[in-house]
Amino acid sequence: MEQLLDLFDFGPFFDNFDAILQGFWAMLRLAAAAGVLSLVIGTVLAGFRVAPIPVLRWFGSGYVNIVRNTPLTLVLLMCSLGLNDTLGLAFSGEPSTTYYWWAVLGLSGYTGAFVCEALRSGINTVPLGQAEAARSIGLTFTQSLRLIILPQAFRAVVAPLGSVLIAMIKNTTVASAASYGEIAAVSKGLLDLPSFASGAVPLFIGVAIGFMILTLPTGFFFGWLAKRTAVAR
Amino acid sequence: MTDNEVGSGAAEGAAPQDASDGPFDATGAGPLVVVENVNKHFGDLHVLRDIDLTVNRGEVVVVIGPSGSGKSTLCRSINRLEPIDSGTILVDGKPLPQEGKDLARLRSDVGMVFQSFNLFSHKTILENVTLGPVKVRKQGKAEAVKNAMALLERVGIADQASKYPAQLSGGQQQRVAIARSLAMKPKVMLFDEPTSALDPEMINEVLDVMTDLARDGMTMIVVTHEMGFARKAAKKVVFMADGQIVESNTPEEFFTNPRSDRAKDFLSKILTH
Repeated sequence: MEQLLDLFDFGPFFDNFDAILQGFWAMLRLAAAAGVLSLVIGTVLAGFRVAPIPVLRWFGSGYVNIVRNTPLTLVLLMCSLGLNDTLGLAFSGEPSTTYYWWAVLGLSGYTGAFVCEALRSGINTVPLGQAEAARSIGLTFTQSLRLIILPQAFRAVVAPLGSVLIAMIKNTTVASAASYGEIAAVSKGLLDLPSFASGAVPLFIGVAIGFMILTLPTGFFFGWLAKRTAVAR
Repeated sequence: MTDNEVGSGAAEGAAPQDASDGPFDATGAGPLVVVENVNKHFGDLHVLRDIDLTVNRGEVVVVIGPSGSGKSTLCRSINRLEPIDSGTILVDGKPLPQEGKDLARLRSDVGMVFQSFNLFSHKTILENVTLGPVKVRKQGKAEAVKNAMALLERVGIADQASKYPAQLSGGQQQRVAIARSLAMKPKVMLFDEPTSALDPEMINEVLDVMTDLARDGMTMIVVTHEMGFARKAAKKVVFMADGQIVESNTPEEFFTNPRSDRAKDFLSKILTH
């Protein structure tokens, strides 16, 4: 009994609470930037995939199929070790800055492929007549995509996009592979401390709760947004 | 005069060309839409066979025929929603351009009204009508709204301007769709079975708007099953079957005295009940 209680001693967890909060803060900065950028990348890719120009379509489907089927760890290692360290494509001389941006780029490039596919399924829900009507009043392809098709496609896939973003938030934990010190890296550092001997289970529980505090409201928000923006036909 | 020349071997005496004094540009008589020797296939199906059709300014041409006769395809090929395999289509003297900016410009001059209305479902009625003028014609917002309200007034929906399409009845939606096309000040309007998706009691409100348009001198190509409208508003009736123009005549002549067996058969089926 005594031993069991020891396992759930949250003392070491709260002793290192500052470091853990900093880990979460680093992860939030990554998630926020990657959230915005992956929506942009995904939208552009979805535009490519339905474009009338074959080269753009090939690029779109090639990108999605390669990136979506590559493990995220590999994508991020490619960014940090491959592009940054080996090829010297650094965003800045400051390691924490350059690894941050590579993590943002890697994670958004990866998530963008999923955003693209969600959005493309949304485009498929927009009746063909909407595009025909748009073209028949003289809108160009990009205008009809921007003004008519995508706004309706986005409304149709708000809920699945929420799932993609939640997955993205949790995927930030892989960014430690890209030498970016977010919450997973902080946790691992703590576990390696000899003084942290009994803190493993509380740490896992604490970090899991931390993620839920972020992802549960995200899910609720997107569910609410999906209802609010639904298009009546 | 060859303005009623239609189909191989089906050429017909010209209907008198009366000058319209309506608000639309019907002054310069002469051909506005010329379809010449057009062919199109859907796979093995030969949907348009050697189609020739000339529509003059201010003229209302009604295209009728059984389902699958190619009449909708013909209508949609005139603004290149359906590309054709061979032949030429001239709108206002210019051949249809390839997909791109030029085609978008041409389409802005060719109004189109669809069977299923196709109003932009995420935009209000007013936004549906102002979108084209603002984004394509680069009109100022205030001016576009003023014109749109005038058009909505004309089709009798001004009081619904802030609603969304799904809140309107089919007949109202179709009248908005007509206003949306008119807002672009088109040279010619294409109607692809505009009343086929409507409840019977809503058909007349749409046909009334179309009859008014015809009276005002709008050039119109109308694919429809509404024989009453054809009799009342059309200058010329074109009968299509199996991808061909079988017969083309004035409405009086066509309905009272059809010459081809195919047309006689068709008319006997639809006019007996």
